[in-house]
This record gives sequence, structure tokens and C-alpha cells, in this order.
Amino acid sequence: MGEMEELRKEMENLKDQITAARKTFQDSTLQEAAAGVTVVGRVQLKTRKTLRGHLAKIYAMHWGTDSTLCVSASQDGKLIVWDTITTNKVNAIPLKSSWVMTCAYAPSGNLVACGGLDNMCSIYNLKGKDGNVKVMRELAAHTGYLSCCRFLSDTEIITSSGDCTCVLWDIETGTQKTVFAGHQGDAMSLGVSPDFKYFISGACDFTAKLWDIREAECRQTFGGHESDINAIGFFPNGNAVITGSDDATCKLYDLRADQELLTYQDSSIMCGVTSLAPSKSGRLLLAGHDDFNVNIWDMLKAERVGVLAGHDNRVSCIGVSSDGMACCTGSWDSFLKIWN
Amino acid sequence: MAEAPQQQQQQQEEEEEEEQPSSVEETEADEESEEEAKESVHTTPTRPLLSMRSMSTVDPDDDSPNMIVYRKIEDIVTLIQDEEEGVPIRTVKSFMTKIPSVVTGTDIVQWLMKNLAIEDPAEAMHIGSLIAAQGYFFPISDHVLSLKDDGTFYRFQAPYFWPSNCWEPENTDYAIYLCKRTMQNKTRLELADYEAENLARLQRAFARKWEFIYMQAEAQVKIDRKKDKTERKILDSQERAFWDVHRPVPGCVNTTEMDIRKCRRMKNPLRVKKSVYGLVEEGTQSQSPIHTPSHHCRKGTKEDVEKEILFLNTQIDRHRMKMSKVAESLISYTDQYMDYDQFVTAQEPANPWTSDDPSLWELEASKEPSQQRSFSSENLRFWLAVQDMKRRPQQDVAQRAEDIWAEFLAEGAPSSINLDSHSYERTSQNLKDPGRYSYEDAQDHIYKLMKSDSYTRFLRSNVYQDLLTAKKKPETEQGRRTSLEKFTRSVGKSLTGKRLTGLMQSS
Repeated sequence: MGEMEELRKEMENLKDQITAARKTFQDSTLQEAAAGVTVVGRVQLKTRKTLRGHLAKIYAMHWGTDSTLCVSASQDGKLIVWDTITTNKVNAIPLKSSWVMTCAYAPSGNLVACGGLDNMCSIYNLKGKDGNVKVMRELAAHTGYLSCCRFLSDTEIITSSGDCTCVLWDIETGTQKTVFAGHQGDAMSLGVSPDFKYFISGACDFTAKLWDIREAECRQTFGGHESDINAIGFFPNGNAVITGSDDATCKLYDLRADQELLTYQDSSIMCGVTSLAPSKSGRLLLAGHDDFNVNIWDMLKAERVGVLAGHDNRVSCIGVSSDGMACCTGSWDSFLKIWN
Repeated sequence: MAEAPQQQQQQQEEEEEEEQPSSVEETEADEESEEEAKESVHTTPTRPLLSMRSMSTVDPDDDSPNMIVYRKIEDIVTLIQDEEEGVPIRTVKSFMTKIPSVVTGTDIVQWLMKNLAIEDPAEAMHIGSLIAAQGYFFPISDHVLSLKDDGTFYRFQAPYFWPSNCWEPENTDYAIYLCKRTMQNKTRLELADYEAENLARLQRAFARKWEFIYMQAEAQVKIDRKKDKTERKILDSQERAFWDVHRPVPGCVNTTEMDIRKCRRMKNPLRVKKSVYGLVEEGTQSQSPIHTPSHHCRKGTKEDVEKEILFLNTQIDRHRMKMSKVAESLISYTDQYMDYDQFVTAQEPANPWTSDDPSLWELEASKEPSQQRSFSSENLRFWLAVQDMKRRPQQDVAQRAEDIWAEFLAEGAPSSINLDSHSYERTSQNLKDPGRYSYEDAQDHIYKLMKSDSYTRFLRSNVYQDLLTAKKKPETEQGRRTSLEKFTRSVGKSLTGKRLTGLMQSS
């Protein structure tokens, strides 16, 4: 018909070719290969601590690298830094905008960041001279809501936005270093590789993309989900990517095989995945859902091995501490829970 | 105008009835595949519902997250009410009255377990509660929408009131509803405390147009009176359940809430809010902030497609590894680290979130220099140094890596640690391009060493036992600071924030 039609045809053709190319490397499946692996058995984690203090829905949480502190963001307009062992609030930071959707802890422990409907990423210095926590920078350039942010260091941060792009910022100058464009829908979530060279993003165009930070390029794209990808994370060794979607499934994609390895689904799980985190060894996948539960999967065998049921409303965020000792869940019920 | 809602509802129900014969025909045509599906249920654990075409009335193109769930629920709810395949819905006799069209909680749970192939009743309860919370069935004698696995009676919601219709009822509708409840002289329609409070609040808020609301309520009552008694009971309960979803009991979750990130992509962001009672609002309504039209609809411009084509071309011949190889790689990684995975294997020493035993993290602090050597403290110091390096900003990492090599690993190093030749080689290679994870292998090895050797020795040692008893010494004796205590304080300070369990785990 028109040029557009021709172009779309060409695009579909290429996609088919890629699918065919990928198929030639499917000499086995992960499930088959893992058939001989010992089963994990039932995983039963208990709530060890409940962090109370937020007055409204919690939208995001992120562990600090020391594995005891974490930061959470709630629509009550507060960012709270918690000592998860004593349950004390180390900092309670009031925000300018209460429509916050994401928060992040810098690896150094010096900074935290957050953002949301204000389209900005605000950086706060926790270690200011006079002890007060103040806004250090406001990174503004996105034309859509800030869905996720992750620090590379105290000087660089990556953000994902409802404007379909991801951006690498120079915190000191407050400017955009690189804009990663390519998604055709809101970018909902991002994850940084263990070696800090790559990051992955999941979007409302149902795809996940792997980006080379320094080369500023999209290296790979993964599809297969039937709805928005809300959550994304790296497998601990950095060679695979895990996604969670509104289609109520999670998927594992391998970077070197360039394709999907497994889908984690069960017809009795009807509600979308909001958040996910792999356990330290990568053997287990914890996925938070809209039905108030967290499902625990054996990542190799794609079997559900546990459920965390303790929240009275949607589980909106989840994180496993870097030493793997505990998992933290945050919910619309305004509480955070520490499990292990 | 006041007649409209009832008519609408009737029309809707008539439409439903009209639709049903055709859907029955469709299922008959699918019978073969259904039977095949059932057969496969016997042989393999597939779920029957997965193989059936969706019977939901939700527009298949409507992809908002709540709608996706409604579609799945509606498939279940349609089937569960089926005359042959569904639960027994009956009229129950009670005292002087009959309770029409009910089913027990147990029946629902049993049906879910059988038809969704669920083995665990708790899981069936979870799904049932989800469906109840969305208002697709409800307890006839309770405002709280949950499922109980007992003789409690439940009724199914009328499709008119289903959440998939995107009702966002205004407070005017709610006011009319509460108002008309007070007009009808029936005990079963008496307002609960929270409803009475809501009504009082609404009367204040709508003081100026209360006359209008009152009139609407009267009109509704008039229509209601024309209905058959049994039908009335059913409709009243369904109407109440509708409001239980949209104006939940204080303390109950409002299941109609949507993630604000998804709200902006709703199909009809400029939607005029429709009234449950068919009212047309005078004047314009102000839009809620979450309903502002999206500034950016899904991209699909020519430029985008061209870029995509360019990208796809680079992907066709990209290097790929065989699935079997990557699978093996993932399996061996998990195998290697599963022993250190708290969620799989309980870790020692004790979990700081369960045990408040501080003696564990005084372990590090308690070592006197002389003890350090016999308990291989250089191992622990190496481990700590690597942890510290991993947290440094990228530009410092290379230098720190060199420093660590010089201190712990180089020939003639002052705090030389004992690495096996394999790890030593690996680490030496890694340091050609030093990065945060150059010492992963070495750290791992050292951790295993500490766990099996020096740490256990320390736990059994006199030094440690003394430390435990020293904690119990009375205040008076603390004037005399031993060199051990001095060391404890100075090292303890520098380690603030690092729990020993964190120290003793490889990262």
C-alpha cells in the first residue's frame, strides 16, 4: 500500500529471520539441562522485621550495599532510610512532590535519589556537613514521569522514564550525558550489570533492551511478553536478564544465547508482576505481584517453590540485599517487611 | 430519566441473555477441543481453563493491567455459574423467608480446586478472595468482601456492576444510594455505622443540591417497589456489593485503585463519568489529575520503523551461543553459590535479623595483634579490603586493587594470604584489567578457608570465651582497660555499620 506498509513488512521479515536464527541454537532447553539438578524443596521465609512509618502506598525500595540500610519511597511524600536490623529510621526526607515512583541508594552510601510525576530525578546528600539531608541536584529533562533510577557512582546515575527514554546523567553538572532512545512505550524499570558496563530496561512496548553505557548503543532486544514489562533485573553473574510483566509471567533471557530460556508462569497466578529480585546464587527468583503475594520460583526448573503472603495490599517493590541474607518487600499497605 | 438505570440494567441483562445462546453454540463447536483438553487434564497437569477461548466481555484490545485481570476472572466467573459445570446455586429456606440464588463458600472453594486443578486449598482461597475483593461474588451478610471456606452464603454479581465496565461512580451516585436506603423501611437495608457517617458527610458536601439528590433517591425507590420481591432482594444485595467495591468499609483495600503510571494510558482518558443511576451531570466536571491525556501516545512513526530496521539488521548475524552451553553455565553458577544463598541454605553465623547476639560482630574487634596471626586475621583483613574496594567509585577501584595485591598477594607481601595456585593465577590474570570483581574468586576461597578453619578455631578459643565472659563483668571493673578492650574500641569504631555476618559472607 504505502511506504509505511512496506517498511513494516520489512521489519516483520527481519524479525522472522532473527527468530529463525535463534532457533538454530536451541539444541536444548534450560529445563532439560536442569533435569538432573537436585530440587530445592519448599522455601519458607519468615517476616523478621516490619518497617512501619510510611503513611501511604510505598512505591519503591532499594538496599544499600552494606546490606543493612535501605531506602523507601512512599506517596506520603517521604523518602525514609531504614536500619533494617533495628528498624530505626536513619533519615526521613520530605519530598517536594509526593507523587514519587522510584528511589535508589548510591553504592557509596552517600547519596539517595528519587523521582516520579515531577519528571525529575532529585539527588539527596545523606552525608552533608551539618547533618541535614538536602537536595544536591535536580536532574530535569525528561518529558515523562521518572519510573526508575540507579546510581553508577556518586557522579553518574541512569534514569528511565515514561517518555520512553533512559538517560545517563552527570550528577555534578546536572546534565544529560547520553540519551538511550529506542523503546516504543514507557520505560518502566532498569537494572545495571554487575560490572557497571551495561544496563537493561523493560518497557510498555513489551520488550527488554540491553544497552552499552559507554558506547551509548542498544546491543540486544528481547521480546515475548504479552503486556507491559514492569520489572527487570540481571541474573547475578550478569549473563542473563529476568523480566516481570503485567501478563503475570516472568521470563529469563540469556545474553549470550540472545533468546528466552524460560517463562515462569502458572494459571493460578492471575495478577501482574510488579517487581522482582533473584536470590544471591540465582537459584531462586522472588516476584512481587498485584495480588498481594510474592511468588518464589526455582529459576532452573521453573517450579514455584514458595509464597510470601504477609502484605494486605499490592507488593510494589522487592529487593535482595547484596550479601543475600535478606529480602525486603514494600507494599501499598504502607509497610516494608524483611524476610529470610 | 430516573427510569433509565433500571432499564439499562434490564437491557444489559437481556443483552447478556441474547449473547448466551451464541456463546453456547461456540462452546459446542469447541466441545471437541474441550474434551481433548479434559483428556489432557487426566494425563498431564494442564489447567482446563487455559485451553478455552475467553468468554469475558472485556474488549480484548483493552490492555490496561486491571482489565487483563478482569478478563481472567470473568472467564472463571462465567464458568462457575454455568448450569452444568458450575456450582449449585439455589434458594435456601431460612426461618420465615427464602434466600434466593446463593452458594456456600465451601462450594466455591471446592469448585475452584477441581476446575483450576489446584491441590492446595490455601491457593484456592487466595484466588477466591481475589475474585471476591473485586466484587464478582460477595457474602450476602457482610460488607467485607472476602471468601470463607465454610457455610457462609455468597451471591454472584450482576454483569452490569462488573468492574470491567469502568465504573468510577461519583459521590452524587453514592449519596443517592445511601439516601434511598434510609427511605426504605427494611432492617436488611439499615445503614452500617460507617455508611451513616458517609451519608452525614455527603449531606454537608452537597448541601446545596440535596433536594435534587433526595428527589433522585425517591424516584429510585419508586422504581424498586415495582419489582418482584425476590428479584428485589437479589438486586439490592448486588447494588450493595457494588458500593462495597467502590466505597469500601474503612480498613478494607480499595481494589479499584490503579497504579498512577498506568492510569495515563487508559483507553478513554477524557471519559465522561457515567452515573450508575443514569444521571447526566449539569455543568462540566473537573478532571482528576490522573486522567490528563497522555502527551505521548505509542510511537510508530516512519523514523522509528527505519531505526528498528537498521537495528534488526545488525542482529541477524550476531554471535550466539548454544542453549545447552548457556544452560550449563547458569547451572554451574547457581551450583557454586547455592551454599552461600541464605534462602536455600541457612547461613552461619546466625542471622542478624533473628538473633540479637552481638558477640558475633565483636569477634573482629576482639582480636589482639598477637591473636591476629594465630587466627589468620590477614585473611579477614584481605576480605574486608576487597569489600571496601567494591564500594569505591569507579576511578579509585584500579588503585585499590593494586594496593591490595601489594599488601596481601605479591611476593614478600607484608600480610601474605594463602591462596591456592589456581585462584592465584586467575586473580593475577584479572588484575591485568582491574575491576570491582577482580578478586571475586580469591575472596571466595578465603571465605571458605575462614569458615572451615580459622573462624571455627577462634570460636572454640580461650580468647573468645573470655570475651563472652568479659561482657558479663560488672561496671566497676571497666575502669581497667586491657589492651584487648582498647583494641576492641578502636577497631570497633572503624567498623561501625558492618555486621559480622555481612563480613563472613562472600558477596
